[in-house]
Amino acid sequence: MKKILTGLAAATFLASMAAPALAADKIKACFLYVGSKSDGGWTQAHDVGRQMVDKELGDKVETIFAENVPEGPDAERAIERFARSGCAIVFTTSFGFMDQTLAVAAKFPDVKFEHATGYKTAPNLTTYNSRFYEGRYIIGQIAGKMSKTGTAGYIASFPIPEVVQGINAFLLGAQSVNPDFKMKVIWVNTWFDAGKEADAAKALIDQGVDIITQHTDSTGPMQVAEERKIKAFGQAFDQIAAGPTSQLTAITDTWGPYYVKRIKMVLDGTWKGGESSWDGLKDGILTMAPYTNMPDDVKAMAMETEAKIKSGELKPFTGPVMKQDGTEWLKAGESADDGTLLGLKMYVKGVDDKLPE
Amino acid sequence: MDILQSILLTIATAATPLLIAAIGELVVERSGVLNLGVEGMMVIGAVVGFAVSLSTGSPWLGVFAAIIAGALFSLPFAFLTLTLVTNQVATGLALTLAGLGLSGLIGELFVGQAGVRLANIHIPLLSDLPFVGRLLFGQDPIFYISLLLVAAVSWFLFKTRAGLTLRSVGDNHTSAHALGIPVVKVRYLAVMFGGACAGLAGAHLSLVYTPQWVENMTAGRGWIALALVVFASWRPWRVVGGAYLFGAVTIGQLHAQALGLGIPSQLLSSLPYLATIIVLVLISGNRRLTMMNTPASLGRPFVADR
Repeated sequence: MKKILTGLAAATFLASMAAPALAADKIKACFLYVGSKSDGGWTQAHDVGRQMVDKELGDKVETIFAENVPEGPDAERAIERFARSGCAIVFTTSFGFMDQTLAVAAKFPDVKFEHATGYKTAPNLTTYNSRFYEGRYIIGQIAGKMSKTGTAGYIASFPIPEVVQGINAFLLGAQSVNPDFKMKVIWVNTWFDAGKEADAAKALIDQGVDIITQHTDSTGPMQVAEERKIKAFGQAFDQIAAGPTSQLTAITDTWGPYYVKRIKMVLDGTWKGGESSWDGLKDGILTMAPYTNMPDDVKAMAMETEAKIKSGELKPFTGPVMKQDGTEWLKAGESADDGTLLGLKMYVKGVDDKLPE
Repeated sequence: MDILQSILLTIATAATPLLIAAIGELVVERSGVLNLGVEGMMVIGAVVGFAVSLSTGSPWLGVFAAIIAGALFSLPFAFLTLTLVTNQVATGLALTLAGLGLSGLIGELFVGQAGVRLANIHIPLLSDLPFVGRLLFGQDPIFYISLLLVAAVSWFLFKTRAGLTLRSVGDNHTSAHALGIPVVKVRYLAVMFGGACAGLAGAHLSLVYTPQWVENMTAGRGWIALALVVFASWRPWRVVGGAYLFGAVTIGQLHAQALGLGIPSQLLSSLPYLATIIVLVLISGNRRLTMMNTPASLGRPFVADR
């Protein structure tokens, strides 16, 4: 006991000595990216958030990033390098970094970790996520109004709950205005391959869909939509430059305010691990790009839905909802809870696809 | 648009960059050099082609610049492996990594900008023929170039004296040297031709396939091209078969998914690679044929004795 007390005293002493020096020094906030920081999609949205940290906390915080880090063993090395190089907090911004972040967090209990879109936490590891599905519901409604063939095409990356939520929410939104709405899904098994995403978009259009949406990271599908003169939605980032006459709106990730908030908490010592934050449209972590290329009544409907989701009046996953096989999932008026959504591994009725196991 | 024609068009677009990069690498390997830097040279071609097109407004200038850039970018590889006789595998890998990094740096300014598309050819009447019109007479110019390129390479390798010289260098560089053939010079030219082709393939990606620049946009196509050369057992026309088979399986699996056939998508996604492996196994089953076509000096270092 005495030893601990002496140790504590020594630590306090050292801390008081070091304090002035520390105040002058900046803390390091480190970001791990799965793609290129200028991909025009997912990773760029995170990097815009990082730049906001630079702008708002630049005198106290230094930001560092590593881009194009593949999911898997390389990620663990990259995260560990961050931890060793004196990062106070590390943000790992892809679902596939989950186990690697967890492993490194266990080795470096003094470093704070935040993992985007995952579900595993630790005393020094918090997860953060965005309710992308709220945006998906809105674009689904727009698709339901705008599609002439009554069929939309969905380019999906990997069968993880976040992507499955998106597919279901999109279809529920579409069916809320057109009960017979159908959807074709193509899994490209990659987050980022502009060529492959474009090929998938072409295949979907050739099979008669007239609206494209995607849960991948490049602007490839948007470009194909523009070329073939059909409508599409931007993903993660405003992609209007790639589809000036095609983009109806885009679900835009706005991570900056969250990053600033969390790093401020590190600075004033209120940061806590083991938490999961799942914000949505109302918190501003998710915003809709301007509604364009659509008639005014559709635009008004979209804005009304957006307002209702923000106020909490409308929850996209509210019954009656049928499973793909026609059996009941949610009773009338019943809303799916967060736990169910975070583990979602099944389709609702109307999806023309078999969910990969 | 007729759906079958539309599918065939998509397949042609997917196969063209693979075909061009592979036919270039085929010439390189026929001269006895293994250049694993195809991916790197391709991505350099993509970024330079895009940057020049956007700056000048002319996609053709972009295509031209991409070809030059690919050839120039292969020079460090040629210098290291042929003049300094470094290990070809390691140097090729280094070239790929350097290309991916350098292209990211060059492309920094061009990300997210709307690109210039190399327009499709349109011949009045012919391009509008039902069913085959667009397929035969209405594709992008690089598609036609790719087929001409295969014909030219095939003719060059097997019908000209220079082609014979190149193959002799690849089959036995010691004998070729003894006969007075400038082995290193021939290989330099072959490597640069491979670089130029990879550059053109890259330009197809950033000016036709998806007219935009994104980092790492080759996404492994350079490696597929390398596999196609072995797949084709170093015969030019078989590269066409390989590239189109690969393209067909790639596009076919997307259509199978969109149809909702209920086949697991992971299996479908791996089909192009499975098909490649199966064909490779079948080919290597016939040892005599493989031995006959493989350049005997492939990958072996050459130092002129003096």
